[in-house]
Amino acid sequence: MLNLTLVLNQALNGVQFGLMLFLFSAGLTLVLGIMNLVNLAHGSLYMLGAFFAATIYSWVGSLPLAILLALPVTFLAGVVVEFVVLRSFYQRDHLDQVLATFGLILFLNELARVVWGAAPLNMAIPAFLSGRVELIPGITYPVYRLALIALGLLVALLLYLLVAKTKLGMLIRAGASNREMVEALGVDIRLLFTGVFGFGAALAGLAGMAVGPLLSVEPAMGDGVLILALVVIVIGGIGSIRGSFVAALLVGLVDTVGRAFLPGLLVTMLPRTLANAVGPALASMLIYLLMAAVLLFRPQGLFPAARG
Amino acid sequence: MKALTSEAVLRTIVMAALAIVPVAALAVHQPFYIEMMTRVMIYAIAALSLNLIVGFGGMVSFGHAAFLGLGAYVVGLAMVNGLTDGFAQFGLVIVICAAFALIVGALSLRTGGLPFIMITLAFAQLLYFVGVALRQYGGDDGFTFRGRSIFPGLDLKDGVTFFYFVWVLLALCLALMYRIVGSRFGTALRGIRSNERRIRALGLPSYRYKLAAFVIAGTMCGIAGGLLANFAQFVSPAYIHWSVSGDLLVMVLIGGFSSVFGPVVGAIVYRLLEEILSGYTEHWQIILGPILILIVLFARKGLMDIFARRPASVPGVGHG
Repeated sequence: MLNLTLVLNQALNGVQFGLMLFLFSAGLTLVLGIMNLVNLAHGSLYMLGAFFAATIYSWVGSLPLAILLALPVTFLAGVVVEFVVLRSFYQRDHLDQVLATFGLILFLNELARVVWGAAPLNMAIPAFLSGRVELIPGITYPVYRLALIALGLLVALLLYLLVAKTKLGMLIRAGASNREMVEALGVDIRLLFTGVFGFGAALAGLAGMAVGPLLSVEPAMGDGVLILALVVIVIGGIGSIRGSFVAALLVGLVDTVGRAFLPGLLVTMLPRTLANAVGPALASMLIYLLMAAVLLFRPQGLFPAARG
Repeated sequence: MKALTSEAVLRTIVMAALAIVPVAALAVHQPFYIEMMTRVMIYAIAALSLNLIVGFGGMVSFGHAAFLGLGAYVVGLAMVNGLTDGFAQFGLVIVICAAFALIVGALSLRTGGLPFIMITLAFAQLLYFVGVALRQYGGDDGFTFRGRSIFPGLDLKDGVTFFYFVWVLLALCLALMYRIVGSRFGTALRGIRSNERRIRALGLPSYRYKLAAFVIAGTMCGIAGGLLANFAQFVSPAYIHWSVSGDLLVMVLIGGFSSVFGPVVGAIVYRLLEEILSGYTEHWQIILGPILILIVLFARKGLMDIFARRPASVPGVGHG
């Protein structure tokens, strides 16, 4: 029974982590797919979102309201970043984009340190989302994490409807597969770019806000998630939202479940000292091995977006 | 050829200026500068090696710190396990880093462009987590050791001796790099960067050429890592952190991607920039970030461009 509890708990944690990773990756993969722009500073937007929400939360005292108010602010921050800096880099090669957005990370992380200080901020879980709920008799799970799963699924659904069923989504898909043709048809692609970028920033920010109460809100908090998102995008296929959804869940599950159970599993198969030595290392390497395997057998990723 | 000559002049001046650093630093009783420039020269070797693949080969690696860290771990682990002979240590560094570069290169060069950037980054992360997981060696915090590699007739524990040891290695790496870039192999490599399809049509095995360049660069960076471990008498996963890979790219950017000597200038200027800016404010990165963006925007050819105003003798790195 204990084991089942643990497995279910870790699986749900993995799904929750994967969904948050999806929110983050969705914007990144769109920007890459449509604008062919490598934005390493996407993690800084996630961080900014979390800081905005934490600050507003401390003013208004309600987490949902804080998130609702912080979303447009993060959208605007994304638009400003796109307008001031990134716009000049669409026509540049990937190396230039990597270098420029690396500079942007240094700037934004340090800016956060200046404005909010280096010490982590804590966001309290609101009362109505705290505590644990009984899923099936005998097995409980934190309410807040369940709420994150619901939020992630809801946003994924809305995103699917937006991209698959609306005119805007059609333009986004068309832009991803053949930018020149969309431009030739008279669509203001620059405006579309700016909008998509701000939207992606808001999604990344939402992920940062949502996990704020679980982790701590601090400068450079986005760096780690950026690397994971790049793994997600490579596995899922550049420019594919569906791909990053599947890949994000895969990465979330493999990473969480791997870290929880692989060391224990190794102990049963290897001598204890060896297992203790390689277990944790192998567990944190799993997703990178997964990525290497995908690249070997499907270099375009699992769900490659059609490229023009 | 004029451009090459002015690069040669600059190279001579910079290397000579570096050579008198210990003398000057001791004269003004500021031995701190000897250490500072030792570290700069070690990073210069790493940046130099990175430029072979990024600048000359057109392969944008965002995981070069992996080799820096691997070299450092090999020397550090040898030290704490009783192997102190320098030739044995650096022999191990060369073999292990070359082997790792061969595996990473063979896998990542199947891709190109963006996936290449990400997969090199991922391999570096992989190594980073191996370092973190080495709990018996401090995990996250790394480990320290006492002493430096033992080479017959050299006392590397002496700061000035170690400085000149690194200086000589930097000079050797530079000489090797000029030989490589000037050779037929180097010409083919630059050809691959400009138009890989054409090189293949000429019947050259472009994949093997790129892989060879990747292995050379990785091994040279591993040597820099071995020096770094010696210098700091400390090894930690921080050497493999992805921001170190970014720092190395930035050094090459500042110096210029299209010259052999550029990364050395870049490493020096980057450190000086850090020194000067941090004198003004502890939040110096808030100034450094925009400076980097402006360099990419307006001075993409780097500082070496000033010394090569005429059309570059070595075809410049374009944006295409």
